[in-house]
Amino acid sequence: MMLVSNDVVGRNGEGAVDRDAAMPEPLRLRIPEPIARPGDKPAFPDLLIDRAGEVRCPPIDVAPEDVVDLGSEMIRVLDIHGEAVGPWAGTLDAEQLRCGLRDMLTVRVFDARMLQAHRQGNTSFYMQSLGEEAVSCAHRRALHPDDMCFPTYRQQGLLITAGYPLVDMINQIYSNSHDPLKGRQLPVMYSSRDNGFFSVSGNLGTQFVQAVGWAMASALSGDTRIASGWIGDGATAEADFHSAMVFASTYHAPVILNIVNNQWAISTFQGFARGDSSTFATRGHGFGIASLRVDGNDYLAVHAVSSWAARRARANHGPTLIEWVTYRVGAHSTSDDPTAYRPKEEPYTWPLGDPIDRLKNHLVRIGEWSEEQHQACIADVESAVRGAAAEAERFGTLRSEHSAPASMFDDVYASMPEHLRRQRQQAGF
Amino acid sequence: MPRMTIVEAIRDAHAVAMERDERVVVFGQDVGYFGGVFRCTHGLQQRFGKHRCFDTPINESAIVGAAIGMGAYGLRPCVEIQFADYVYPAYDQIVSEAARLRHRSAGDFTAPITIRMPTGGGIFGGQTHSQSPEAIFTHVAGLQTVIPSNPYDAKGLLIAAIEDDDPVIFLEPKRLYNGPFDGHHERPIVPWSAHPLGEVPDGHYTVPLGTARIHRAGDELTVLTYGTMVHVAEVAAAETGIDAEIIDLRSLVPLDLDTIVESVRKTGRCVVAHEATLTSGFGAELCAVVQEQVLWSLEAPIARVAGWDTPYPHAHEWNYFPGPARLGAAMRATMAAP
Repeated sequence: MMLVSNDVVGRNGEGAVDRDAAMPEPLRLRIPEPIARPGDKPAFPDLLIDRAGEVRCPPIDVAPEDVVDLGSEMIRVLDIHGEAVGPWAGTLDAEQLRCGLRDMLTVRVFDARMLQAHRQGNTSFYMQSLGEEAVSCAHRRALHPDDMCFPTYRQQGLLITAGYPLVDMINQIYSNSHDPLKGRQLPVMYSSRDNGFFSVSGNLGTQFVQAVGWAMASALSGDTRIASGWIGDGATAEADFHSAMVFASTYHAPVILNIVNNQWAISTFQGFARGDSSTFATRGHGFGIASLRVDGNDYLAVHAVSSWAARRARANHGPTLIEWVTYRVGAHSTSDDPTAYRPKEEPYTWPLGDPIDRLKNHLVRIGEWSEEQHQACIADVESAVRGAAAEAERFGTLRSEHSAPASMFDDVYASMPEHLRRQRQQAGF
Repeated sequence: MPRMTIVEAIRDAHAVAMERDERVVVFGQDVGYFGGVFRCTHGLQQRFGKHRCFDTPINESAIVGAAIGMGAYGLRPCVEIQFADYVYPAYDQIVSEAARLRHRSAGDFTAPITIRMPTGGGIFGGQTHSQSPEAIFTHVAGLQTVIPSNPYDAKGLLIAAIEDDDPVIFLEPKRLYNGPFDGHHERPIVPWSAHPLGEVPDGHYTVPLGTARIHRAGDELTVLTYGTMVHVAEVAAAETGIDAEIIDLRSLVPLDLDTIVESVRKTGRCVVAHEATLTSGFGAELCAVVQEQVLWSLEAPIARVAGWDTPYPHAHEWNYFPGPARLGAAMRATMAAP
């Protein structure tokens, strides 16, 4: 291989028989590059955005082939003035919207507190969801409490919205003596069956097809619960993304398949996984799955479309693939520095804005919220998070108290086999 | 007592498990309408309906991944991978997900699933229908790996696997499906109907995971083996005249250490045999546990007889397969040592 130019890798003509003038040019590969790297001016020329309220809302029993356009357009409810407009508006009343705002503020404040805890050495690792809070918070409110989500590591909004105690989340993040997962999992890899939150895996994409299996089981059992599977833009390249799609399509599983397109898979921009496909949502078309592309920073749009897909699944009209277009404002994780691969200003030029600001502006615009109420809400949430952190610290942090090490031998199997009993003894427990 | 082949015994085990527990669902490529390429699920869809036994797209990762989701829901899926050679696309779902789900969620979610697959050679299947990948599963914490050598054990082990609360890799030696093959490929095929282990009780019974079976009692030498090689060992003992104790492990994880230790302590000599490739094979684990437990009872080094460390060949199958001549030679050498 030899480097031909900056972004084109060509191959030598070694072994070629005829190298005369008729010889075609050497073959080239395209290596995708984002529009802007550090030092460049951020821009999003490929981001197709429709005006709020302009994309139609089909009936929930629509045939997938009759909504092909919705895979390329962008469903939005909140316009630039903060008004809720168009056929997708009106799924939530003011009290529900205030509740949604509080959910998102809780996630944001919680993330900030845990990043601080990481700097203090109370945990080894953290992953924030700054800028994409609307996706999981609004989606959870559109599901029934006993529906099951199969999340990635960035859907803490699902768990917080479901009402899982913050202190239990922090106990897990601190790996302390009250860690519900007994110090076994990397911080943020929560599990809570009671809150419809499947155990988070670090292996990308595996949960997507498991969600389809759970949904199939629900249908096989004559249940009414549905599943919701989650994957990031980068992980759609994994085989299990396609595995999930083919099973969901074959069996019309009652599942919502969510792609959170937050633009960046660590340092790799979303175009790398997408290739020349027009959007991630259009990936659903070949499978005959209804596929919708949505403004993921629009709380009202996320709720309306999630609710549409949930009703569709529950009424046996099959799966829905949804691309939530959003932006990962923070680093991938506490082990990542995004200024090494994207312009520092890029998060602040993101055309879809901030989900919390947008919902707040809407509530203020319709006379259901004020700056004073907002500040009071933030203070209240901060106090709740501070209280939960203080309570968790009483049970220890990464640097102090943990669950008993002997417990690592538990739960490998339902009952401990002889060879593990011997190894536990060897370990001195 | 009815006589069955391993195929019929596996079919019967499915039916018994599905009859007793409506949470048991069976699926995989060609397993529904057609009843499986080896006919192991034949008749199940007719009897239990398309919602209990069904076909899937050709996607092993999805078969296992969906089974994990179903297990998390509360069902007990028993899935078929058409050949063990095709399991690799599902390996991430097996190793990273099924095996560790109980532990990583501290018991919040579990994977009570059985993953069946035909294993081993002897059918001129070439490198893509002959592999014995048991060691890539026995190495994984959280998995249980079993392999029957006869119809009675096949039924009892499969029912035990389906009823178990954790994932079980269920390997079916495909050359044994229809008869107890002893490695003499040039001889006429012996059917299970002429073999005592072809007698299979009606209805429900289990062979508990983690229990070995003494296939042939003997005093001079212990052969630790499983699957097709159990029958190869039997004929090798007859041909060499060595009074070998042949232990059919049946379950590799969990392993019946007591039966192994008791036998080697008695005989003082040990040969380990499997079809799978030698290096890092399960035989290495057996050698390790034998020397840990009963080194001072050994009168000779432990010998290993295994598949060569090459891909499984097509035309040269019988030069590859560790048949009675190779096993017999190792047994003689072990008797002659030191």
